[in-house]
Amino acid sequence: MGVVALLLAGCGEDNPGDGGGKPRLTVAAATSLTDAFEEYGTRFDAATARFSFAGSDELAAQIRRGVKPDVYAAADTTLPRQLFEAGLVKKPVTFARNRLVIAVAAGSGGISSIEDLGNRGVKLALGAASVPVGEYAREVIAHLPDAEGEAILANVRSNEPNVAGVLGKLTLGAADAGFLYITDVSAVRDEVRTIELPKDLQPSVDYGAAVVVGAEQPQAAREFIDGLLDGRGFDALQQAGFEPPRK
Amino acid sequence: MSGGRLFRALLWGALAVALVFLALPLVAIFVEGGPGELLASLGEPGALDALRLSLQATTVALVVIVAVGTPAAWLLATRSFRGRAIAITLVELPLVVPPAVAGIGLLATLGPAGLLGGAIAATGLELVFETAGVVVALTFVASPFYIRQALAAFGALDPALIEASRTLGASEARTFARIAVPNALPGLVAGGALAWGRALGEFGATLVFAGSLSGVTQTAPLAIYERFSDDFTGALALSAVLVAVSAAILLGVKLASGARVLGDARA
Repeated sequence: MGVVALLLAGCGEDNPGDGGGKPRLTVAAATSLTDAFEEYGTRFDAATARFSFAGSDELAAQIRRGVKPDVYAAADTTLPRQLFEAGLVKKPVTFARNRLVIAVAAGSGGISSIEDLGNRGVKLALGAASVPVGEYAREVIAHLPDAEGEAILANVRSNEPNVAGVLGKLTLGAADAGFLYITDVSAVRDEVRTIELPKDLQPSVDYGAAVVVGAEQPQAAREFIDGLLDGRGFDALQQAGFEPPRK
Repeated sequence: MSGGRLFRALLWGALAVALVFLALPLVAIFVEGGPGELLASLGEPGALDALRLSLQATTVALVVIVAVGTPAAWLLATRSFRGRAIAITLVELPLVVPPAVAGIGLLATLGPAGLLGGAIAATGLELVFETAGVVVALTFVASPFYIRQALAAFGALDPALIEASRTLGASEARTFARIAVPNALPGLVAGGALAWGRALGEFGATLVFAGSLSGVTQTAPLAIYERFSDDFTGALALSAVLVAVSAAILLGVKLASGARVLGDARA
């Protein structure tokens, strides 16, 4: 569905100065950035921002297939770096940090620590291995003692394409628990509770963004990314619960 | 004269545009991959699991759809009763409901926290995250394709034929089984093929309701979606198989019903 949205978004872009209106900026961003970026979009002056939210891996695959949004923003720094090395995006910057947490559906009792995820009968929804949220989760699980990690992986009942898929399975009570970013659950506190990961298991969840090579609006794209580091985008990210990037 | 020629040219032009637009994306799937590469990535175990699961789940769904849909369509085609129009509209509704919405609706009904969740759990049946859930999702989205077609096929039967059977003393059940179904068969088969094709391509309702787990709920379309981001060749290979199978279903039905029509004409 993200593919279609982005292809359609790329269709009518031949009118940057149409009627003296603002240029149109197409931003392909990780699903976990939805709230923060939509808020930033309403306050961004240099262009009318339009968003295509999907798994960072899916958006990267689209860019590899020749789709050209103006900005690419991912929930990790690996995917932007790979695109940079392939000459598909300009040099990426790290613009925010997030925290991986265990998210538990409100109706599911008996889960109070990461070890409990391996209990018999617990149903887990994880991100697929190719999407950052799933990759971080597997990284955490790999750091556990073997038997514990295997018990948890054996409880995985669905590999979802993005954070929205995981969250939906939890809020609708289909799954008991999963791994999400802390920013994903702030809006659904009634339906999902969170358990913090032990400090030594917390992965570094850094978000990277870059201007896409061949972007229609490179100038506005650059301004959009600059605003994430210092300005209205930065404020919107803080409001949504993101932390500033590591210095 | 020249007006007529212009119109004919327009007709051919429209057909050409439609054909190119509809066929090119499907042809591109085969051109992009190259047969050797496509075949190689089909050897990967996950791909075959997905295809096998797709075949199994769609087959079970089709059996359920035909078993329930055929008598239901017969009733709708032969009776007029209060609420019939509403019943037909309800049957058709899944055609226009977005598949993701269908998935959410199924979760809200049959999911653990859904309307009937307690009753389903009491029977020991599990749907969400299970292959049975895939069958439910496929049945939900594909059944209107069959029921609509069956309704039309029964409706198009010659009333005199049914009447004759009745006046000869055959019960309705016998008339249905011996006269109506055999005579409506081409339409029923076409409806079944359409429903099967729709089930084979089902994505959104399956992902939302049943989830995506290789070997359990990950049907071919879900496997294609998962591969899109990190294994484009694998995605193309599975896509190519789905396109080929769907085309074969469609063609098979066309040939079968064509042969039958010819046969009838000769008789």
